[in-house]
This record gives sequence, structure tokens and C-alpha cells, in this order.
Amino acid sequence: MTAVTAGTAETTGAPGGSDAAVAAEQAAYEAVFDAAVAADERIEPRDWMPEAYRASLVRQIAQHAHSEIIGMQPEANWITRAPSLRRKAILMAKVQDEAGHGLYLYSAAETLGTSRDELLDKLHSGRQKYSSIFNYPTLTWADVGAIGWLVDGAAITNQVPLCRCSYGPYARAMVRVCKEESFHQRQGYEALLALSRGTEAQHAMAQDAVDRWWWPSLMMFGPPDDESTHTAQAMAWKIKRHSNDELRQRFVDIAVPQAEALGLTLPDPDLRWNEERGHYDFGAIDWTEFWDVLKGNGPCNEQRISRRRQAHEDGAWVREAAAAHAEKHRAEKHQADKPRTDKHQAEQHQHTAQHGEAQA
Amino acid sequence: MGEWAGSAPVLEEEVALANIALDLLGQARVLLSLVGDEDELAYLREERSFRNAQLVEQPNGDFAHTIARQLYFSTYQRLLYGQLASGDGPFAGLAAKAVKEVAYHQDHAEHWTLRLGDGTDESHHRMQRACDALWRYTGELFQPVEGIDVDRAAMESAWLASVTDVLGRATLTVPEGPRTGAWAAGAGRQGLHTEPFGRMLAEMQHLHRSHPGATW
Repeated sequence: MTAVTAGTAETTGAPGGSDAAVAAEQAAYEAVFDAAVAADERIEPRDWMPEAYRASLVRQIAQHAHSEIIGMQPEANWITRAPSLRRKAILMAKVQDEAGHGLYLYSAAETLGTSRDELLDKLHSGRQKYSSIFNYPTLTWADVGAIGWLVDGAAITNQVPLCRCSYGPYARAMVRVCKEESFHQRQGYEALLALSRGTEAQHAMAQDAVDRWWWPSLMMFGPPDDESTHTAQAMAWKIKRHSNDELRQRFVDIAVPQAEALGLTLPDPDLRWNEERGHYDFGAIDWTEFWDVLKGNGPCNEQRISRRRQAHEDGAWVREAAAAHAEKHRAEKHQADKPRTDKHQAEQHQHTAQHGEAQA
Repeated sequence: MGEWAGSAPVLEEEVALANIALDLLGQARVLLSLVGDEDELAYLREERSFRNAQLVEQPNGDFAHTIARQLYFSTYQRLLYGQLASGDGPFAGLAAKAVKEVAYHQDHAEHWTLRLGDGTDESHHRMQRACDALWRYTGELFQPVEGIDVDRAAMESAWLASVTDVLGRATLTVPEGPRTGAWAAGAGRQGLHTEPFGRMLAEMQHLHRSHPGATW
């Protein structure tokens, strides 16, 4: 770790330095940052980083965290109706994992100087987005399997390269997330396989779900490279390692043989192996639909965000109670701790509050 | 409990409530498998054949109702599994594993009872109302159940002592109403349930019943 830490940076500034001196200092930090990125070193929370890098990461990690939280809804829709106890247990464990992923990711975002409350507020007010895929409805049980196979599959294709992202806390969160996601994806595939090999009605249910989820899954990789505003800078900073179109192609190449093994077809008449390219060619994505969903006009945008806001509002009295209880508890502790030093007390109190939060 | 997914008051509770739901589902699967096919028993029995206590079929209500239900039930489960684990009956192995899980559930419910009871005026009021509303379903937990050999009288007094202690620390009043009634006394164990239960089963069983003989 050779990047300049913020603490070091402050002490090297010349007191009362001229504008030129400040600019030179700024350039020096940037040079160290650029060298660290070029050398594939990890940037850590206390390191100096360009403001735009910080802002870009906050945007991306927050959107990722929001996607985990909103993404619980389409699947939770089937928890009470899952057709066997085993499938119900698998689905509940998955939804629980997603809440856990949301927690890691909000923590990773917080290392950049924001807070979970602030980010949730931006989600609830529509100032930050979540993955457009979760604006599609889960209409049958097979959708749960299709989400596991296709949506988690696309997410993994996107996220595996993020395990090497230049920002340390995000990269480490991704390692944990990817492990669990791969597990979910296998389970989704296995659930679809059971349907595909089941009764005629079950097979039809699986095919219908794949028909509805295939194109939205391809859209998860984002707009085509020539329309992607953030890609070039994100790649230069090594936040992203591959372009949207590269990852989309990689996903198609993996998914096609899996669909064949499942005994299901993909809803694309133009899908065929291209010997020359060594890849599958596939049909045109309906970008009008993509932008429409992104703008809030998908089938479930309103429902998803309303439900999230409702949960937050309904839970306000619970969070207030936890805070009030912690405050009372802190006052009692303050009495008991009087002989101790102020600093020690402050640490104790903070610990108590955090402990209360963590258990909350 | 699974109905809470996506609607919990804080993210940590999304994890905690799903975790508890998953433990309880795991326990149900082991118990059902001791008797027969878990899915046949869960999905193909009708309301009058279910033997669950009425307490656990009560709607989630607000967060306080869910916590009150969990407090009453997990305290009971911890005592029950504690007794079964220390014996050598057919449930000793299952109980030894389950008692660890329900100890966590009880701890979770107790902490929230304290936070809500001794939190704000609103949370205090809501928690008291929830404890009062569910009180009449608690007597049934101590009715004899065929084939389960435990000292129910000892469990009941330990349960009352534990719940009284927690409610007291939470600045709540122990409800005064009866803990059983003509209808509630052991009724769930005879297949007599409350009205929300049929609708819950309709939702839970619909898909399975729509595809007779299918495997999932």
C-alpha cells in the first residue's frame, strides 16, 4: 500500500502556500493515486482519492446495495407460496442473504464518507437507482428459478471482475457476495431443471418464465458501449474491468449451453453460434424498453419503491423506540461509569449504541 | 414470519426475522419427517387436521405483535426443548439442536420487548396492546399433548416467571385476562383454529395442490 494517506497528505501541505503550491501538491497526490491504480494496488478508505472517483464509487456501490434490498421483493413474493418445504427453505435463505449483501454494501459505501440513512433517503426519494431488472413481476413459481439462473447469473458475470476492483472495501465485499450468489444461481438452475423435467404444465411454466426473463437479464449489463456514459472513466480507474458489451457477450456464451442442458429454449430467433468470432451472435435488444423501465415506467417501479417506503415509514416507530431505549440505557451507564475518564466513557457509550443498533 | 421479508423496520431485522423463520421451518421439517412425508403433511392436510397451537397462527400485525408472539412462543419452546433434550425420548436429538436455536429466538424477542416496552410512549403502548391481545392464546401451550412426556406444570410456572420478569423489566404490565377460554383451551391441538388460519393455508397450499403428484 503506497498510496498517500489523507493523514499524511495534510501534514505535507506548506503552511500559507500559494495557489501554485496547492496545485502542485494536488498533482502530486494524483500522481501517487494514478500510480497505485496502474500498479493494481487497492485504494483504501483513508487514502487520498479524486473526488470524482469517490463520487462514482458511492453512486455505484449505493445502487448495488439498493438493488439487493429491492431485489428481495420479487422473490419474497413467493415465500408463502413455495411449492415444497425444501424450496421454501432455500428461498428464505436466499432472501436473507440478499439483506446481508445489502448490509455489507452499505458498509462499504459508508467507508467513502456517506451513511446508510443518507443513501436510503436517496433511494426512497428516487435520487438513486436500483437495477432495472427488479421492476419486472414474478408471476409464477418458475420465475423464482429463472431469477436464480438468469438474473443471478448476469449479476455474477458483472460482479466477478469487481472482486478485482481498485477500491478495497468494495472488492472485498464482492468476494463474499459472489460466493453466495454462485450458490443461489446453482439452486435456481436446479429448480428450473426440476420444472423442465417435471409435468407438461411445469415444463411450460419454466419455458414461459425464461421467455419473460431472458431479455431483461441481458439489459442488466447496461446500455451498449457507445451509449454508456460512465464506462471509459470507470475502466481507467479500474473500478470496471470490462465493458458492458463484453460482459453481456460472456453471459450469452455461458447461458446458451446451459439452456440446452435445461431443455429450454431462449426467445431469440437470431441466436446462433458464430464460428468466426468464437461467440454466439444474438438479436437486438429493445433499448426503448430498457430506457423506459429505467425512467420509472416498468411494470413494477411504482410498486417496488412504494413498498420500500412503506416498510421504512411503518418501521419509524420501531427505530425511534430502539434509539430512545439506547439513550435511556446510556444515561444509566453514565451514572455507573462516573469515575472513569471522559474518553473512556465516550467509547463505552458509542459501543453500547452500536451494539444496540447491531442487535436491532 | 416469512411474510416479513422485505418489510422489516431495519435491515438487521430483515436478516434476523428471516433467520428465525428459517430455523423454525427447519424444525418443522424434522418433526414432520418423523411422522411421514413433510410435503404431504404440510400441503395436503386441511385446516381441521392441523394440530398447531392457535398462538402461532395469529397474524403478524405490527412489529410489536410479532415480537409479543415470539416472546411467548420462544420462551415456551426453550422450556419444552430443554426438557426434551435432557430426557431420552424420541425427540431428544432434535430438541438438543433446536434448543440452541430457540435460545437465540428468545434472546431476540426479549431484547425487542425491552426496547419497545421501555422505548417511546408509542412503542410502549403498542407493545402493551400486543402482549394483551395475545395473552389468551398462551394457556393452550401447556395443555397435554399425546406422546410428548414433559412436566407441563413445571414448564408453565417457569414460563410465567420468565415472561413476568421480562415484561417487568420492559416497564410493561402482565396482562390480567384469562390465558385460556372455552374455545382456546387446547383447541388448536384438536384441529379447532382461528379464522385467519384457513386463508393462510389457502395461500401456502395453492400451488402445490394445483399440480397433484408433481415434484419440485
